[in-house]
Amino acid sequence: MAKAAKRSASSARGKAAPMQLTGYRRPNGAVGVRNHVVVLPVDDLSNAAAEGVARLINGSVALPHPYGRLQFGEDLELTFRTLSGHGANPNVYGVVVIGIEPKWTERVAEGIAKTGKPVEVFSVERHGDLNTINAASRAAYRLVQEASEVRREPISPSELVLSIKCGESDPTLGLAGNPAQGRAVDRLVDLGASVIFGETSELTGGEHLIAERCATPALKKKFQAVYSAYIRMIEDQGVDLLGSQPTEGNIRGGLSTIEEKALGNIQKTGSRPVSGVIGYAEPVKPGQGLVFMNSSSAGAEHVTLCAAAGSVLHFFTTGQGNVVGHPLIPVIKVSPNPITCSTMSEHIDVPLPDLLVGEIGLDEAADRIMNVFERTVNGRLTAAELLRHNEFVITKLYPSA
Amino acid sequence: MQKEAGVAHRALAHKSTDDVAVAVSDLQPGETLTIEALDGGKPHKVKVLEAVPLGHKIALRDLPEGHVVVEYGEKIGRMTRAVKKGGYVHVHNIRTLRWDYGDMPSARRETPDAKGRAKATASQKAGAKKGGR
Repeated sequence: MAKAAKRSASSARGKAAPMQLTGYRRPNGAVGVRNHVVVLPVDDLSNAAAEGVARLINGSVALPHPYGRLQFGEDLELTFRTLSGHGANPNVYGVVVIGIEPKWTERVAEGIAKTGKPVEVFSVERHGDLNTINAASRAAYRLVQEASEVRREPISPSELVLSIKCGESDPTLGLAGNPAQGRAVDRLVDLGASVIFGETSELTGGEHLIAERCATPALKKKFQAVYSAYIRMIEDQGVDLLGSQPTEGNIRGGLSTIEEKALGNIQKTGSRPVSGVIGYAEPVKPGQGLVFMNSSSAGAEHVTLCAAAGSVLHFFTTGQGNVVGHPLIPVIKVSPNPITCSTMSEHIDVPLPDLLVGEIGLDEAADRIMNVFERTVNGRLTAAELLRHNEFVITKLYPSA
Repeated sequence: MQKEAGVAHRALAHKSTDDVAVAVSDLQPGETLTIEALDGGKPHKVKVLEAVPLGHKIALRDLPEGHVVVEYGEKIGRMTRAVKKGGYVHVHNIRTLRWDYGDMPSARRETPDAKGRAKATASQKAGAKKGGR
């Protein structure tokens, strides 16, 4: 990393004024950068009612998904944690929860109500979709109107939980996009923000570098246990990741092996110690620094897990052009690939092709990412928000009963 | 890193000790490049032997079959076919060191050891003794 500094020596590091950030402070003190009212189906059967409400009430957003029935054990807990985590996310003002029956619906709602935000609960059985939509729409109507009067107020970066991932990666990311993102991550961690990273399978070949950066021996041990368990799970199927990692898109972009992909991937985590190691969608608070979360390397699954953990904004670096977004948290796309930036310009928030060929340095590139970060926190819509990329994908651990 | 006067880079290496560099524009056979490294180490003078698309890798030295390839100063795979300096390195001639099922002589399946590092295969260990492969 010290070497990379050399690259940026020529770029004038602007004496940028300190960031002026605004956000929404929730009853439990958590800070969000968006102000959504969510209509949350507990199960696949309640998608129709939830989507019905969202169609009727302007400003409410439904999160349809295919699960929530006959799950058990850790898989069920993860689905509950993901659903409650989205309701509890600081980008959300209030939630209308709809389930097929009252018991699991109440359970998801309780997880959200702990934050002190308004939660209203409806179940479809003994009412039917139409009566449920009627009652739930009236609740959503009230919540959206209340939310519309909540004002943004000045906030500090130290009050934010953020997250990172790369996708449709190619070697331009390892060379330019991810080191620039890594420098922005270092700055944000130094300002006191928490930054979640993960992509367990995609550390293969570079997992020793993350292990060495763990802040304590206990964290290192925990990280190694998570990584080894993941690899064991793959090998227990009698298979491997060849053919999936790297992906065909990665290979088209120039990545040849999982090790090469991992080493490029890791660049975006910057250089600060790993100060937390957590499981899927476990909650993260501000002030925890750089946190590793066990997670899939698939874009939408990963962003969904981060949002469930409490991330309010996601940075996504892409080589070949991953277009992922999320219904509740802005996803800022960063790309150094000139082909992607010209052929898919509507998807890229921070183009960095000039970094790739050395016309600007890493600090100037990080300045550009931080500038878009500041504006996005303050309300600027990202490419993914404008293009309605509302991917909400729950990680499923094993088949249902 | 300083870019050459008015000329954008055509390819860049992470470390000057790496075996491969990444094309940052489409490279054509016949052109001669000075490829710098992000670590500021000694640049490589390389004549391009094959077309290498943007984002793909070019060999900075002759890489024999079985050679363990270094990029980022780390092992990224093993050559399944030899390539000359200036040649194109991709899935047709390099494969991962993980999940190695013996399509190379004396190779065996790898699993991470207790430290999370890949165990070297028998052939890599032999290579390491012979000359730092």
